Amino acid sequence: METYTIIVLLLAATIRVATPLVLAALAGMFSERSGVVALGLEGMMLGAAFASASVSAVTGSAWLGLGAGMATGVALALLIGFAAITHRGNQVVAGMAVNIMVAGLGPTLALAWFNLGGQTPQLDQPAQRFLGLAWPWTAAAREHPLPGLLYAELLSGHNLVVYLAAALVPASAWVLYRTRFGLRLRAVGENPQAVDTAGISVNALRYQAVVICGALCGVAGAYLSTAASAGFTRDMTAGKGYLALAALIFGKWRPVPTLGACLLFAFTDALATRLQGVALPFVGVIPVQFILALPYVLTVLLLAGFVGKAVAPAAIGVPYAKEK
Amino acid sequence: MSAPAKLPRWAELAVLPLVNLLAALVLSAVVVKLVGESPWAAGKLLLAGALGTQEGIGYTLYYATNFMFTGLAVAVAYHAGLFNIGGEGQAYIGGLGSGLVALWLGARAPFLVVLPVAVLAGAAFGAAWAFIPAWLQARRGSHIVITTIMFNFIAAALMTYLLVNVLIRPGQQSPETREFGPGAFMPLASDLLAKMGINFSASPLNFAFVLALGAAALVWVLVWRTRWGYALRVAGQNQAAAVYAGISPSRIIVQSMLLSGALAGCLGLNELLGLQHRILIDFPGGAGFVGIAVALMGRNHPLGIFLAAVLFGALAQGGSQLSFDMPEINRDMVVVIQGLVILFCGALENVFRTPLAVVFARFAKKPEPAD
Repeated sequence: METYTIIVLLLAATIRVATPLVLAALAGMFSERSGVVALGLEGMMLGAAFASASVSAVTGSAWLGLGAGMATGVALALLIGFAAITHRGNQVVAGMAVNIMVAGLGPTLALAWFNLGGQTPQLDQPAQRFLGLAWPWTAAAREHPLPGLLYAELLSGHNLVVYLAAALVPASAWVLYRTRFGLRLRAVGENPQAVDTAGISVNALRYQAVVICGALCGVAGAYLSTAASAGFTRDMTAGKGYLALAALIFGKWRPVPTLGACLLFAFTDALATRLQGVALPFVGVIPVQFILALPYVLTVLLLAGFVGKAVAPAAIGVPYAKEK
Repeated sequence: MSAPAKLPRWAELAVLPLVNLLAALVLSAVVVKLVGESPWAAGKLLLAGALGTQEGIGYTLYYATNFMFTGLAVAVAYHAGLFNIGGEGQAYIGGLGSGLVALWLGARAPFLVVLPVAVLAGAAFGAAWAFIPAWLQARRGSHIVITTIMFNFIAAALMTYLLVNVLIRPGQQSPETREFGPGAFMPLASDLLAKMGINFSASPLNFAFVLALGAAALVWVLVWRTRWGYALRVAGQNQAAAVYAGISPSRIIVQSMLLSGALAGCLGLNELLGLQHRILIDFPGGAGFVGIAVALMGRNHPLGIFLAAVLFGALAQGGSQLSFDMPEINRDMVVVIQGLVILFCGALENVFRTPLAVVFARFAKKPEPAD
């Protein structure tokens, strides 16, 4: 029974860790499927985390914070778009520039506005955060652990953003595969000349894609600073943007496999936390660092073609020049 | 928009980077204004902190040494048409190589014996860490931007493991090794200059600065004055042409990344043998990423990289001084400026190219006779 409880709690932790990864990976999917490299996920998320925490701290509303986070994500995405789409700059450099700039800008502005050494104030009012929503009858469900614990821990008790992320996976799949916009988006990432020939603006489509990317990163950032924790701290994304990018590649740029990759990566994270210093039968203590490095190793193996094959959108990273 | 406009060569190399830098600095000034300080006063404090004293200059050049190694690393890969974002990880693992040599030989051999072994080990470890992404790019077509990013994280995990579980000095809490033996200490610039009868204030500036200058010269010779360098640049600009000329692009990819990783791997010579005298967690401290900015700013040329590295060294040193003097500004401000420089010198470089080209075309036309 104890093992069962541990497993359920481990899975619940997986869901909480996976949420920002899922949101950021979906964001990256829209951007990369349109042909714009999504290396700026980390920066857009971090910027949104800062904006959400700041606005929520000042106004006392998590919802306004979420709005500010999304606006910040979109603004940074437009900056990347301006460089990569309008001026045909190097997309990798644009993403890295935003990541580095935001890593400095967040703590700089936080210090100036709140004077707390580069953090935002602790969000201690319930309205300032997205807190867990307890579903009905959770207390009763715990009495019957076998199905009940699954209900109480796995389904119930998460905050709104977790459920939103879960709903966004099928929604994204629907947009990508069942709408005209999705068809055009996929086409512009594979063969922009064809889209242009059909009389559709390549740049407008790509701008729409990066705006969606920024908005989703905004939600992911708001989750980090106003749901998963109570405020913004320096470098709080801690590589989650790159991990989401890895998950996107691991999921071969498709929504459902990407969700699977996010859950797998989040599970390794949750497992590493739980296995810290625990001796397993036969193998002994597994160093936490090895488990934490697993997602990156897996992604490299996938890119090398040793685990399936990842084929990126054909036009990714290539600026579109009309005359060509 | 038409194809990127053409500029005269000297303007491309000198004017455009300066205009881009100016744009980045103007935006940085806006941020300083935004946090409620005077950009003018901040700039003066920054300059005084970086270049106002001998100690400040020493620190500036000490930081510049790190940035030269990583900037050269990015530039060599760039000439082969590759974007090496893995400088941070290669520097980390390279430093492990130099550090292990220093731990092993530092107490039992003189510096002149330790130095070449430490240089070779740093370069070899850095090159080895770059080899896997390079090989995967050359043979399996795995995108090197993504694999080098992944290798940064793998390097961080590996180093944390090694420092926490294997290399840690027994009986202490913080994950770092014991101190190197004195034979592994890079001679400090102040001591070297004192021997020549020159008085220079103490600072971490050390012999590794000379090694970095040597590395810059080596890169210049290799890339612009050898047959191999020519093949490298051809493969970087046009793979099809390279194949026609009998150059193997995949061999160039692996060789250039080995050199790139080796250069980044030399960072430990300055940071560990020069200052810290032990291996510790996260000693590259983002220098691998600053190398991207340095290479972009310096137009991937060793001379430009030297100048850009000194500029970024001055920013790092001046920025830390600034954070003492202005309570509203901390060292993160320097990171903002770095990001803005990467943005303007890299991603947005075409923004000012077109208007500049118009201006230059107007000036160039006047002396020509009309025909």
